[in-house]
Amino acid sequence: MTDIARQTDFLTALARILPAGAILARREDTAPYECDGLTAYRESPLCVVLPDTRAQIEAILKLCHAQGVPIVARGAGTGLSGGALPHPRGVSLSLAKFNRILKVVPLGCTAVVESGVRNLAISEAAAPFGLYYAPDPSSQLACTIGGNVAENAGGVHCLKYGLTVHNVLGVKGFMANGESIEFGSAALDAAGLDLLSAVIGSEGMLAIVTEVTVRLIPQPQVARCIMASYADVESAGAAVASIIASGIIPAGLELMDKRMTAAAEAFVQAGYDLEAAAILLCESDGTEIEVEEEIGRMITVLRESGATRIEVSTSEAQRLRFWSGRKNAFPASGGISPDYMCMDSTIPRKRLAQMLRAIEGMEQKYGLGCVNVFHAGDGNLHPLILYDASDPEQRRRCELFGADILETSVRMGGTVTGEHGVGVEKLNSMCVQFSGAEREQFLRLKAAFDPAGLLNPGKVIPSLQRCAEYGKMHVHHGMLPFPELPRF
Amino acid sequence: MRSGDPELSRLVERVQSARAGHIALDIQGGGSKHFYAELPRGEPLDMRPLAGISSYEPSELVVTARAGTTLAELESVLAERGQCLAFEPPRWAPGCTVGGMIAAGLSGPSRASAGAVRDFTLGLTLLNGYGEVLTFGGQVMKNVAGYDVSRLVTGSWGVLGAICEVSIKVLPMRPAVATLGFSLDEPTALALLLTWGARPLPLHASAWLDGRLTVRLAGARAAVEQAGKELCAAVPGGELLGQQDAGHWWDSIRDHHHAFFAFTAAERARGECLWRLSVPSTSPPLALAGQQLIEWGGALRWWRTEAPAAAMRAAAANAGGHATLVRAAEKRAGAFAPLGASAMRIHRGLKAAFDPAGIFNPGRLYAGL
Repeated sequence: MTDIARQTDFLTALARILPAGAILARREDTAPYECDGLTAYRESPLCVVLPDTRAQIEAILKLCHAQGVPIVARGAGTGLSGGALPHPRGVSLSLAKFNRILKVVPLGCTAVVESGVRNLAISEAAAPFGLYYAPDPSSQLACTIGGNVAENAGGVHCLKYGLTVHNVLGVKGFMANGESIEFGSAALDAAGLDLLSAVIGSEGMLAIVTEVTVRLIPQPQVARCIMASYADVESAGAAVASIIASGIIPAGLELMDKRMTAAAEAFVQAGYDLEAAAILLCESDGTEIEVEEEIGRMITVLRESGATRIEVSTSEAQRLRFWSGRKNAFPASGGISPDYMCMDSTIPRKRLAQMLRAIEGMEQKYGLGCVNVFHAGDGNLHPLILYDASDPEQRRRCELFGADILETSVRMGGTVTGEHGVGVEKLNSMCVQFSGAEREQFLRLKAAFDPAGLLNPGKVIPSLQRCAEYGKMHVHHGMLPFPELPRF
Repeated sequence: MRSGDPELSRLVERVQSARAGHIALDIQGGGSKHFYAELPRGEPLDMRPLAGISSYEPSELVVTARAGTTLAELESVLAERGQCLAFEPPRWAPGCTVGGMIAAGLSGPSRASAGAVRDFTLGLTLLNGYGEVLTFGGQVMKNVAGYDVSRLVTGSWGVLGAICEVSIKVLPMRPAVATLGFSLDEPTALALLLTWGARPLPLHASAWLDGRLTVRLAGARAAVEQAGKELCAAVPGGELLGQQDAGHWWDSIRDHHHAFFAFTAAERARGECLWRLSVPSTSPPLALAGQQLIEWGGALRWWRTEAPAAAMRAAAANAGGHATLVRAAEKRAGAFAPLGASAMRIHRGLKAAFDPAGIFNPGRLYAGL
């Protein structure tokens, strides 16, 4: 059978599973699904399916398994590493119609929701009970809980409240072959190996998740935010370490550099100090009396570390205004450059200032600007490299700039991705962070869940050949990093 | 972890020859949890020589320690800097080690509020069944590069490999702690814990035994004081317990020194067992025969009972949880709740992926793994 005949055959079989409107196979219909939030990479899938029931998903997976067709799960498509980039011969499985909140359990503090439910919708459903879902990625208005599970999403409050992995009790879904499966439970642990931990953050490579049980937490009575200015990035970086060293875990601790602050201010008029080399946003939440005590301790530490200006929110409206610029950092960057590439590495906190200086050097080296916004409390960086994607030369330099940031992060004892995932974007950088034996262990782990290799093939774990080629490329540039790492 | 380390090289050689000769290895630390899980078998692989704290930076909230480091040493080093292991791992015997803590994946009284061991595991170095020394995760708070092998290995009872070194997130000790006592029957205590759990109170641990509910509050001084007064007033007879007595009480639960966990030879011979039922906190009182200790806001129910294993497993499963047979004269019913066919297939696949010759702790978790 030819490829075309096989595809026609496959689509005919799909049409027996799904109603007409739930299969998109014409190019103009699949176009909106060609990329996710990482728009620099695009691919046209064989088709997009929008199932509405678990039985349909099961049947789709069984069909794909029988015919060897790859499956790429997709939530809202807000991911920033190309994890939902379609496979040219594969099915993009949209979970958009799995958008029901199945139950909120106020006494017990849990909610059971389908994987296409938006992150913020969970907190909205829990709000009448005084509860909320803590992880709050900036895209929380649009991104889905299924996507959050796939990426182990974080947010500005995860320093105190944890990532997705700390706030999900269990998931239900399917294996690649269509078998129904459950990882975790409504209890605090499950029998056997902790497969739930492996599935969270696996970028759709191990299983398809249709239902998620999340932990809710009581809304704090009050939250207040301090905005502190610093005359140089070194003292801002040192302030972050001092806050943590003093025994305080802030509800949020964010850093923006001068150019990011200017861009954000132009975008939302939050009242940021435009003179500062860096500003810190430092939040405390809890009971009135608790927050008052903690804000006092934070101000002392921030002053001692050389803050040039300190402002404390006195109302909820003002607190939200402080955060508005930070939460809109990405669109604000879109206002000052035709395109930007967002990086996501994590480094030890004590290296923050050193990293900012290193990025300044790279701006010269690659001839591109970069604005910086950091989840400073976690050491998670989001440098936004400014470039023009319509210029192939700028695009090339932007990629080298990004790779340089990631490799510098690994050298500083960090990791290439803190919360956005590897996807397709950071495949090369994975060659730097992990040895050949470690990557092979990842590939064997994947095979234990998905022996046929049909779930999101080609993402997250680079092939040995790819790493060998990437290694050679670096030798050509005469700057082979980490010669001590084995290469194959 | 340096690959040239002589202790590590010795372990790698042991594993390679065990693999070649198909010799089972029983990975050992302090032996404090030898009684837990299925019976260990194989030649001892002593991890204790691989000891010591490799790095500790209080302002990074991370400590990296080798597997053989004792928990006593680690906790005292953290305490000097006002930090702690927030998940309160059990210390069932002196000499228990960091490697054993990670391999068993068990957490103490604060688990429901602070999180479990796996929540604090940031990265680890594993010696797999190929004799390869692999590092996953790292020393930073957020890390999604590759699959989360560190958390998968946490609680794996050694069946995927020998843990050599681990990086753990640590937290500052809470500035204030207070313990409250209430006389309440089981249904009232469970209902109250759920109500309190849904409110922004600094709840840190709970234990119900013999009609007494003990609740620990921890957090900012003002918050603990305020909540302490409010909760004591909410229940007639509610009282604040002395710090020293309260400390001993929580240690006796965490470390199983309490009489509830002690078995005489006669009791054991009679078939009395210790069960650990992990269930949703919303589960109503379980209608089982025996004596019960409830932790984790209702989500952990320890039972001393002679009831048949099938009854215990069914009660836990009906509640949406699982039952572990912790102490028993024999564990023919299996230490851990049996898995479904799909989950078991993944377990076997993972075992083959990490330890193809099946040398590490065979059968310790499930037969055939």
